[in-house]
Amino acid sequence: MSDISLSESEATKPQKTRLQIALRKPGFLIGVAIIGFSSLLAIAPGLFAPYDPNFIDYNAVRQPPSWAHPFGTDMLGRDSLSRVISAYTVNMQMALLATIFALIIGVTVGALVGYYRGVADMIFGRFVDAIITFPFLVLVIAVVAVLGPGLINMYIAITMVGWVYYARLMRAEVIAQMGNDYSAAGVVMGYSDRRIIFRHLLPNAITPVIVYWMTDMALAILLGSSLGYLGLGAQPPQAEWGVLIAEGRNFITTAWWLSLMPGVAIVLTGLGFSLMGDGLADLLRPRG
Amino acid sequence: MIDQKPILEVSNLCTTFRRGGVDLPAVRDVSFSVGQGEVLGLVGESGSGKSVTLRSILGLSRRYGDVTGEVRWLGQDIASMPERKLRHIRGREIAMIFQEPMTSLNPLLTVGMQLTETLKAHTDLNRAARRDRAIEMLDHVGIPSAASRLGEFPHQFSGGMRQRVMIAIALAASPKLLLADEPTTALDVTIQAQILDLILSLADEMQMGVILVTHDLGVVAQTCENVAVMYAGRVVEQGAVRQVLGAPRHPYTVGLMRSVPQNVPPRTQLYSVPGTPPSLEALPVGCAFASRCQNRTERCLTARPTLDAITDDRRVACFNPVAAEKAGAA
Repeated sequence: MSDISLSESEATKPQKTRLQIALRKPGFLIGVAIIGFSSLLAIAPGLFAPYDPNFIDYNAVRQPPSWAHPFGTDMLGRDSLSRVISAYTVNMQMALLATIFALIIGVTVGALVGYYRGVADMIFGRFVDAIITFPFLVLVIAVVAVLGPGLINMYIAITMVGWVYYARLMRAEVIAQMGNDYSAAGVVMGYSDRRIIFRHLLPNAITPVIVYWMTDMALAILLGSSLGYLGLGAQPPQAEWGVLIAEGRNFITTAWWLSLMPGVAIVLTGLGFSLMGDGLADLLRPRG
Repeated sequence: MIDQKPILEVSNLCTTFRRGGVDLPAVRDVSFSVGQGEVLGLVGESGSGKSVTLRSILGLSRRYGDVTGEVRWLGQDIASMPERKLRHIRGREIAMIFQEPMTSLNPLLTVGMQLTETLKAHTDLNRAARRDRAIEMLDHVGIPSAASRLGEFPHQFSGGMRQRVMIAIALAASPKLLLADEPTTALDVTIQAQILDLILSLADEMQMGVILVTHDLGVVAQTCENVAVMYAGRVVEQGAVRQVLGAPRHPYTVGLMRSVPQNVPPRTQLYSVPGTPPSLEALPVGCAFASRCQNRTERCLTARPTLDAITDDRRVACFNPVAAEKAGAA
């Protein structure tokens, strides 16, 4: 009897353990901390930047890191730390805006073609094959070349190419979920397709997409700063990590901090997103 | 019961799936009817088309394959009915439960949400009434402390309990017909009996017809009034349970009955029908059972026997049916 009561108490234990397990993982916590702080810097850079990022001081050109300028100053005497911090706004915005529309479009299209299959799915399949044959960066640069440089056009370009990856993932996951009888049960219960797709299948299928989204935000920052570096994304004097690295390129042997510090910011933010995605994968995995 | 006008009439139902350019005739020319409060058994081995037949009735198969024939529900053909109209029949008038209780509930929604969702779709009850009805249904299917379990997720229930929840959801809108696709196969034996008893007592109480798909002849014998035996997508024998199982005429039914262990001494080999069913991709021109049949003649290999009435409610698809007396002994 004691065995029975034991297993019963186990079964009725409150189900908060998953969050507790996730929170106990240092990686997830570090990831959340990095992204949380990065978001704070992005929202209110003025609170953290010691100087005006665009204040030019010809008396303090290319100074090495010091107490007054922890990240040194650039070729126009602007405070490098303030510029890296103020770049958070635009770079974190990239992470969000370059991916969120791709996420929404991709999830919707993927769920629909996965659910209905048929001709639309075949056309989609060929389209995906065509898109993923090209390297991502080449495609995005091609679209930017057509639309013209600038942040908005860059978001449009990344979204136009990026949604395909979300859709592909979502489609596969929806098809896998349809193997479970609850989707058929929804049909025989007389629910509409929209209800089955968006209320039943989508929440069960979206976990890998969310995890991919986290990595994709890191990639979006990388891509955005690559375009900034190439002069196709953010335009100087806008402080943006890729732009900052490009500005420091000519002085890489004499003023290394100009390129290094924005690079560190890119790595750190990317790491944050990856760690957070990893933790979310554990947190969101459907319970058996 | 038999004199009554049937609520569901299936005639010449054919379902064909197409895989890689090959047509797979999963269901062929299946016809049967179910009266109000009648329990019909659909038996056959795996792949004989039982489940596909059931899924074709509610229009699940037509999404993946080609379905022809008529499915008349209270007089109207639902096989050709558009989805939008069919939605009002699904769940409200005809409900279905599945074999695998572990996956037939949405793991992310609470049991209460899934129960009230059906009620919201098919009744005019308000929020509070839906909740009361949900508790009442859970209570009805034998889930203890129903009210407190509404907020729990499917993974907090055992297999048998989930099947009870599934039944509660299916029956919440008081349907007139329940399609049960091997509802007890995934459960252990003691729970199987409980779930069957539950389905039957609820069917009796609600005057609800049931089509019970199973491969367990014992279950059929205990629970059904009529039975249809399927083989390779076709009904090979059909009639009242007492007659079909008591005095089977089709050699396949005879074989099935012989495979049920009865009074066998320990450590003896159990009987099984020799051979395997033909692949759907390569069905023979003649009778699909011919290669495994002991009564086979030349004719069986070249022509397909039709399902013909041998007595009033008894149909057999065989050129050389087993004689009634002989079958009785088998």
